[in-house]
Amino acid sequence: MAPVLEVSGLSTVFHTRRGLVRAVQDVSFTVNAGETLAIVGESGCGKTITALSLMRLVPIPPGEITAGSVKVDGTDLLKLSDAEMRQMRGSKIAMIFQEPMTALNPLLTIGNQIEEMVLLHDKCSREVARKRAVEMLHHVRIPEPERRSREYPHQLSGGMRQRAMIAMALACRPKVLVADEPTTALDVTIQAQILDLIGDLQREFGTAVVLITHDLGVVAETAKRVVVMYAGRKVEEAPVEEIFGRPYHPYMQGLMNSIPRVGSARGLDVAPDERLQEISGIVPALNALPPGCSFEPRCSRADARCKTERPELATKAPDHIAACWNA
Amino acid sequence: MSSTTAAAQERPIEPSFLNNVGYLCRRYPLGVAGSIIMVAFVLCAIFANYVAPLDPFSTNAKASLAKPSDTHLLGADMMGRDVLSRIIHGARISLAVAMGATILGSGIGAAVGLACGYLGGWFDLLVQRVSEVMQSLPLLVMALVITASLGPSLRNTIIAIAIPLIPTVARVIRSNVLSLREMPFVEAAKATGMSEFRIAVVHVLPNTLAPLIVLATAQLGSTILTEASLSFLGLGVPEPYPSWGRMLSESAAEYVRTAPWLVIFPGLAISLVVFGSNLMGDALRDALDPRQRD
Amino acid sequence: MNQPLIEVTDLKKHFPIRKGLLRNVVGHVFAVDGVSFSINAGETLGLVGESGCGKSTVGRVVLRLIEPTSGAIKVEGKDIVGLPRGDLRPLRKRMQIVFQDPFSSLNPRIRVGDIVGEPLMVHGLANKQERAERVAQLFNRVGLRPGQMNNYPHQFSGGQRQRISIARALALDPQFIVADEPVSALDVSIQAQVINLMMDLQQELGLSYLFISHNLAVVEHISHRVAVMYLGRIVEYADKKALFASPQHPYTEALLSAVPLPDPSLRRTKKRVEGDVPSPIKPPPGCHFHPRCPYAEARCKVEPPVLREIGPGHQVACHLR
Repeated sequence: MAPVLEVSGLSTVFHTRRGLVRAVQDVSFTVNAGETLAIVGESGCGKTITALSLMRLVPIPPGEITAGSVKVDGTDLLKLSDAEMRQMRGSKIAMIFQEPMTALNPLLTIGNQIEEMVLLHDKCSREVARKRAVEMLHHVRIPEPERRSREYPHQLSGGMRQRAMIAMALACRPKVLVADEPTTALDVTIQAQILDLIGDLQREFGTAVVLITHDLGVVAETAKRVVVMYAGRKVEEAPVEEIFGRPYHPYMQGLMNSIPRVGSARGLDVAPDERLQEISGIVPALNALPPGCSFEPRCSRADARCKTERPELATKAPDHIAACWNA
Repeated sequence: MSSTTAAAQERPIEPSFLNNVGYLCRRYPLGVAGSIIMVAFVLCAIFANYVAPLDPFSTNAKASLAKPSDTHLLGADMMGRDVLSRIIHGARISLAVAMGATILGSGIGAAVGLACGYLGGWFDLLVQRVSEVMQSLPLLVMALVITASLGPSLRNTIIAIAIPLIPTVARVIRSNVLSLREMPFVEAAKATGMSEFRIAVVHVLPNTLAPLIVLATAQLGSTILTEASLSFLGLGVPEPYPSWGRMLSESAAEYVRTAPWLVIFPGLAISLVVFGSNLMGDALRDALDPRQRD
Repeated sequence: MNQPLIEVTDLKKHFPIRKGLLRNVVGHVFAVDGVSFSINAGETLGLVGESGCGKSTVGRVVLRLIEPTSGAIKVEGKDIVGLPRGDLRPLRKRMQIVFQDPFSSLNPRIRVGDIVGEPLMVHGLANKQERAERVAQLFNRVGLRPGQMNNYPHQFSGGQRQRISIARALALDPQFIVADEPVSALDVSIQAQVINLMMDLQQELGLSYLFISHNLAVVEHISHRVAVMYLGRIVEYADKKALFASPQHPYTEALLSAVPLPDPSLRRTKKRVEGDVPSPIKPPPGCHFHPRCPYAEARCKVEPPVLREIGPGHQVACHLR
């Protein structure tokens, strides 16, 4: 099956007064229809800028996509004109954000906002668009969709707003859905509902999902493949069982060891009341990257080579790549 | 596959002073222009005695209504006084009154706003209603009433212009205080047992300074205009202080056609200063807006 | 048994809602609705719940940063509710707070050394020289370099700012610290650093924590006992092991079931709870959880359940257990 989304060598920079910020460097991955790829990393790793670059929503200037291609169903989005790209957004590729309150227009009813989306891409009447909007709200399991479609964002709870945003994003059945930390701002029980919803809709519509998150639990539950980013680069990629079973990159290993897990008191994995394994130090500034491996200052396995030579992604196991000299 | 050749350690660029100046010029050109105008006027005001070519007070019947020439670069008025020198000394008056009024009004306004934000209750309600009444009157009208009752003098002009400023400033400070009070660092100070008064002065007040400065700068233009208007009406700064407004009132009706320089140049001075302070105030507000950060 | 360091009994906080010109009270937000717990010296009580459950309010009320509507708060046996300001002040040295947001917890206009030394100044405990020494000592303890004392908050990272907040909380040698989501705003790898720091400090100094969080994994790691809150009430209260090994309340079950586990082999069928959290202004009658509870019966809609002991040290508020 041909991948629906093919990202190749994507690089995005920002020209700032404090130097060139290399937000994303040479990132490549592919996603098939009906699959979820998770991009994992902490703040400053470049995952959000990657997502914005896919949608060409990076502010230009000061940003600039300097290299690479983003192919959706064969069409390279980076080569399109602004008008052509606007056509693509919503119909072929859509995005949902972390904070639904700021992503939804507070002055329009949610029904209106979904209608707008439909009208932009499908030439149909307002009546039809309105029906589709209510249908979508029903699809995202908002009770009483007719009534709710006439409400404003502030009248809905956080979980409902997120559902409304999903409805808007999927209204025109895009091939790719980019979800940037869609559940981080939600309560745990609501998060579970939303993740279930995204999974169900994905199965129904065959959407490819790129899920950006820092939560390894969310990754484990929803993703098929995982890309780990650090300081703007991809440092590891593998199917989800592989990467949790045996992470190769020290950063991913460090991450997995540093999170407390529910159920530890039951004797799974980590012994209770033990210190969590820390990763010392902090993420490097993206305008002051070290010459060798970006993770070297914090790495327990680093040696002289790591200081001067940046490791490339290499195959460590079948379908499992990592960028580390000592993995 | 070989790794890329080792790149040198990148260093984040710390913008130098010159870089910062260059940045400001590129990003806020109008603001910089406004600041230059203001600085020029302030320098004129401070060094008026050295900058002015002639004595602004000395009359000279022979030079009465002289056209702009080498001796009188901007002409002379009906009493033979040099217009240029009067304008330069007038800057002193206008800016002194404006700044005096702004500082006085902002100072009292900030104190009132702080009190309202902190005390709340009936005090706050009362002050709010009084402020609303005051703000419903135009600045000029209020200033007029005050000088008319107090009598025209330099001191009274400053007071008359300061008072209408108080409600505006108080309102802005009050809303800042209300939101600052909820900040965790204020709660933390409370948790250590700090008295409310101390918290207000040490924690809350310094954080209201930025909006206060912006507000004050924005008001500068209108205070200058008000002073000019009051003086024009004969209720502001009296003789012998040279005030741009009075220069206009003395000449506007009678001499506007025969000696237009008597009207044009003071008017230009007023416009330029107000223009400059507005540009500067706008740019300052934009620059201090946290959302505009790099 | 020794008397607990902190003992809270039937604590309530109802915020009045005022509308209209004369600011009439038209309703209440039942933020905290009858909460009781105790914390021993050197112990951590984890307070867990989702948004709107009132856990943050509990933290603030216990320190009397917000005045309680009713209830008792005993610090070393002495009830501090109703204590006049002057008497409360010295007691404040015993109890401090650390907040969630590393960015707004520190006054941006004050140097961090002064921020940490301020509590000492407030209580007149040290002169300038002694203060500087003490601040340096505190900086070292929380893993910061004393040389950074003259910097401003914005020059530090989020994790470092949390350390500064912790240093400030330690300045007065407190016995009890309310930690309101202290690591939620931090990156995962930094969370581990701060959690370890807090646990080390607890060991070294015998501190007690009221650890408020929505993150069950962190709570499980750091707490000795755990209380689960829902809409202003505690629904389950037990030793950590007991609560996580065999949760009794349907809400606790739902919470644990909803937490995503970082282990793909454990993709299990979940007990999903439907619906949203109701508003604390109009909480459902009877058991607050009944509209979302898969086991709700007629009784649950009418009669609010009381916290009852169903096992050693394990209390649950549910009619069906």
